[in-house]
Amino acid sequence: MWAFIHKLGSPKWFYGISARLMPWFWIAAAALLLVGSVWGLLFTPADYQQGNSFRIIYVHVPAAFLAQSIFVSMAIAGLVFMVWKIKVADMAAAVMAPLGAAMTFIALFSGGVWGIPTWGTWWMWDARLTSMLILLFLYIGVIALRGAFASRDSGSRAASVLAMVGVINIPIIKYSVDWWYTLHQPASFTITGRVSMPMEMWAPLLLMVLGFYSFFIALTLMRTRSEILRRESGKRWVQALAEETP
Amino acid sequence: MAFDSFQDFLAMGGHAPYVWAAWALTAVLLVGSVLHARAERRQLLRELKRRARRERRAARETDVEEGA
Repeated sequence: MWAFIHKLGSPKWFYGISARLMPWFWIAAAALLLVGSVWGLLFTPADYQQGNSFRIIYVHVPAAFLAQSIFVSMAIAGLVFMVWKIKVADMAAAVMAPLGAAMTFIALFSGGVWGIPTWGTWWMWDARLTSMLILLFLYIGVIALRGAFASRDSGSRAASVLAMVGVINIPIIKYSVDWWYTLHQPASFTITGRVSMPMEMWAPLLLMVLGFYSFFIALTLMRTRSEILRRESGKRWVQALAEETP
Repeated sequence: MAFDSFQDFLAMGGHAPYVWAAWALTAVLLVGSVLHARAERRQLLRELKRRARRERRAARETDVEEGA
């Protein structure tokens, strides 16, 4: 087990294994997003109350899921880096932050434009909306903090600490709709549990959620590999690899 | 199919601005992330190659000097 963790932590080993895993996640992401989009946009019937505006759900919910999952992943990577000094974990955390911020922005923006026809407002200081806005600021804070130090290691440690402290916001986001029920509706999409929406609405949403997760994994692998090239550029194996890559 | 015509599909039952704005932003950010990641990788590999060439040349020059 420990040997495995340390092997996983070796940039060279990670670079090799990720090259083999990455294509599968790209293929899964492309297929799931394509089928999910076509299904959700063209074939799912309109909602009897919201008409066609409900089709925003297919980008809103997956983006909101990822926004939170990426933050948790980033905090775990930060913890792994702080406790075991595994550099690859820090590299992964570094490349996750901008994608997490983008996902949070998509969730907020798509929620806003969805709110105009359904709630009659694009924004309210509702607990769910506010805690998501805080998540966006936390992402920006993590990215800025990482770049604010002269030494990379200080930046990495500061960003890890902020991610680990900021993760407290995630349960707040999750339970905000139950604790302070004002504007945003409680969760309607669950993988397990009782499905509270018609099957033909739920199935494309499931595909989109899985597609977004595959996309996140594929992009994180790809950018972590680039980060390895950047940070390990002095190592012999990286130089040898650069020469043989066309 | 939930729509009768292509126009009908684009109109989204009057909700076109909302639906398409949300989907467009998502598409732009997802595609943009992929393009950015690809450009980043290519640029890093280019730099690594340039650096390797420079080091090889430097090594050759030292060899020549030592030989002379």
